[in-house]
Amino acid sequence: MAVARALLVALTFACAVVCGLVFDQAAADAAPLDQAIAHFTADDFDETLAGVNEVAASGSARAEIIITALQNGKLMFSAEKKAVYIQDDAGNLTQAATGQTVGGAPPDDLDNVKINNRLRGIIAAALGQLTLLSRDPQKRYDAAQAVFKSRAASALPAVEAALAKETDGRIKRALEEARAAIALNRSGTSDPDKLAAIKIVARRGDQDALALLADIPAHESPAVARAASAAIGGIQTRLSVWEAVQNAWYGISLGSVLLLAAIGLAITFGVMGVINMAHGEMVMLGAYVTFVVQEAIRRYDPALFDYSLAAAIPLAFLFAGAVGILIERTIIRFLYGRPLETLLATWGLSLILQQAVRTAFGPTNKEVGNPSFMSGAFDLGGMVITYNRLWIVCFALAAFVALIALLRWSRFGLEMRAVTQNRAMAASMGIRTSRIDALTFGLGSGIAGMAGVALSQIDNVSPNLGQGYIIDSFMVVVFGGVGNLWGTFVGSFLLGIANKFLEPYAGAVLGKIAILVLIILFIQKRPRGLFALRGRAVEA
Amino acid sequence: MSHTPLSKIQLNRRRLLASATGLAAGLMAPRLAVAADTIKVGILHSLSGTMAISETTLKDVMLMLIAEQNKQGGLLGKKLEPVVVDPASNWPLFAEKARELISQDKVAAVFGCWTSVSRKSVLPVFKELDNILFYPVQYEGEESQRNVFYTGAAPNQQAIPAVDYLASKDGGSVKRWVLEGTDYVYPRTTNKILEAYLKNELKVAPEDILINYTPFGFSDWQTEVSRIKAFGSAGKKTAVVSTINGDANVPFYKELGNQGIKATDIPVVAFSVGEEELAGLDTKPLVGHLAAWNYFESIKTPANLAFIKKWHAFIGNPKRTTNDPMEAHYIGFHMWVKAVEKVGSTDADKVIAALPGTQTPNLTGGTATMLANHHITKPVYIGEIRPDGQFDVVWKTKELVPGAAWSPYLPGSKDLVADWVKLNCGNYNTVTKTCGGS
Repeated sequence: MAVARALLVALTFACAVVCGLVFDQAAADAAPLDQAIAHFTADDFDETLAGVNEVAASGSARAEIIITALQNGKLMFSAEKKAVYIQDDAGNLTQAATGQTVGGAPPDDLDNVKINNRLRGIIAAALGQLTLLSRDPQKRYDAAQAVFKSRAASALPAVEAALAKETDGRIKRALEEARAAIALNRSGTSDPDKLAAIKIVARRGDQDALALLADIPAHESPAVARAASAAIGGIQTRLSVWEAVQNAWYGISLGSVLLLAAIGLAITFGVMGVINMAHGEMVMLGAYVTFVVQEAIRRYDPALFDYSLAAAIPLAFLFAGAVGILIERTIIRFLYGRPLETLLATWGLSLILQQAVRTAFGPTNKEVGNPSFMSGAFDLGGMVITYNRLWIVCFALAAFVALIALLRWSRFGLEMRAVTQNRAMAASMGIRTSRIDALTFGLGSGIAGMAGVALSQIDNVSPNLGQGYIIDSFMVVVFGGVGNLWGTFVGSFLLGIANKFLEPYAGAVLGKIAILVLIILFIQKRPRGLFALRGRAVEA
Repeated sequence: MSHTPLSKIQLNRRRLLASATGLAAGLMAPRLAVAADTIKVGILHSLSGTMAISETTLKDVMLMLIAEQNKQGGLLGKKLEPVVVDPASNWPLFAEKARELISQDKVAAVFGCWTSVSRKSVLPVFKELDNILFYPVQYEGEESQRNVFYTGAAPNQQAIPAVDYLASKDGGSVKRWVLEGTDYVYPRTTNKILEAYLKNELKVAPEDILINYTPFGFSDWQTEVSRIKAFGSAGKKTAVVSTINGDANVPFYKELGNQGIKATDIPVVAFSVGEEELAGLDTKPLVGHLAAWNYFESIKTPANLAFIKKWHAFIGNPKRTTNDPMEAHYIGFHMWVKAVEKVGSTDADKVIAALPGTQTPNLTGGTATMLANHHITKPVYIGEIRPDGQFDVVWKTKELVPGAAWSPYLPGSKDLVADWVKLNCGNYNTVTKTCGGS
């Protein structure tokens, strides 16, 4: 009994000691954190800066949460109550220091702690130090990159500690680069260490490395300066090769946009011979269909947002195609063989369509979001490829292949070719030529509508969207050869690549002029374009 | 939305009625013409074409201001009557419509124009027919006309302070500059001023300045953005000063976001991007990029909150943003009202003489004063883009900045001053002591 009581007393005592220790620890933790957090209530950038540094240095487990909230604009404060809160996405407040939920109405003067770009850089560096040991590999990698960019000497112990533990090769390299960046930026590093650091940074070989090496002060020892300039030279040679590759890719990307905008016109103008000035407005209608689809998805089922484009493509095709058929039936069919009247009528029509959309949707730009798989970019060697451009290239190629297949293998394609080659003969074979005319015009317009879905991802969705593309489209079709889809295909990519190789030297304005001059000269030499149609179709 | 069409219908009916009475009066007796008991105010903003995106809002805000004034009893005991015309983003049509407003509709003053080229095209009309134009948009300066009152920012009220901010410690101590603009008069002149300012005042080396122009409505920014990226990797802090106009901005910012250029790496400060332009964008990748204006919707003053509330009620859409040129019209309209009340007449000459010195509170605190050079005093704010498409003000000038018509940094204009009160001249040369005339 006595033994048991003694045990109980001992246990209670031990428990009290341990608990007390824990409480003491918590109190010790909280005191610097509270002080640090108090800086955030001052609504002053310098105070906030002091707050970030102190929170990061406090060693508290809440530090990462608080600084992340600050970065995302979710750290709120009330100057009156001298209190700092974290707001979650639903708008609920928790105490920044403890994470306890705050009940009741929020304070009247609640506002977020403001940050500017200088603070953003410091926050990224602070978070980098805090998340170097994170469990998420991507976070660790980003953290190492943030330290590389900030080159803050204070991060060195954290980088060393992380390097000792890191097993992932990619992150390890990033950490080594971060350590080298710090070494190069610090005053006390010895020359051999600097040379080693330059080697590591040079291995990285991108523009960030170039910026770091170019920033090495001039008063360094000759050996270091030489090594740095050699490394810079090496990186520049490598980058200039990649620049050529990058220009080619930009050219392909521009070419795919031109192709998308032009293949619809290649049918209405190239195959049917209708000078359709309202072609750009079909593209614009397609973009607005995308907007409407996205609005509907946002309202009814936001989870499906990534599929919005998949839904918009057929809808845009059908809608623009239907409008095209309507235009053909009501206006253009009365004007066949009268190109000047067609030009004026379709020009007027384009103004009417623009103003109709402006009246219906308002004159301001509409926000069309990028689905997640079309946002951001990835590195390929020394160049950056953005996902939206990559998908648009794929989409343009797919649309072109589908169109070629339709014309080559479907009955409609056969009839269409027959009508454009010899209308009288086709009619006497029992083909309803006027129906084919309407469908062909609808097909060209529908494809323009699909192009609008793609272009909504890179351009403004406004009533003026189509105007920017109409000249380019005609240019491509005329250059490629009227009546030949392959001409449009080759023409658009040739023009895109030529444009992008000229642009860095001549600038965007002169580059465009140079392209136009080149096309004029080319058309003088070959009036029928790259791929001239031969034979009877020409006379028809 | 119910408001707009309704007022439009009334407007049209009234205009019809007015012109019918005018016609009848002209035919029957000249005495009847005096019986018109409204003061007409011309609104000359494009409602169709390229510029409709920006200018339609200004037409709406003018209708709101006029309706409000009428609710308070009108002006000089008469109701104000808006006369809206659509110059359709067509520069020569601006001049025609201005002539129509002044000669046929006999408006007392005109509020209008956006692009500099449209303003230049109407100048001769206002001079010839002696009427008043309030021009609400930030512009390149180098102009001061007797008949025009510039309520938007001159370069020293927007461009120069923005560059000063970026060069300061808080702005990131920028040492290398990209001046990126659309190829027309406003960016070209502004960049000329900025280049001279950077070289002479901030001692920036010529190789640290990259000037580049792109065509109107440019949409393929891949090469330009990667060039900016390369230019920014020379080891010195780099910033982009953007005078890119209107529609070209959205693809530009999309490309910036996609290529991963963050505001912490290379900040972009824009002079033509406001709340309205950002409405068509996913702004999350753009957080931290900057804009320099004299007004931001996010500035919480009682006057601004009341203005926003009225605007939302008038336009019937709580999501519509307010922006800087709207405030400029707000200031210009109230100044005109005050000047008219002061002289008790809408006679153009009297009002032009009374306007300099007129004061009216602006929406963000402080008082705007019309200066002798027909520009106004303004506070300058630098805002950073927030995730919700609004701006956080990160810096502002301590005092109001008086608008300077002629830039002291350009060799051609550094000796010129504009003073319509004492000198009665828009381009007085202080060295030769002569007035350049028009």
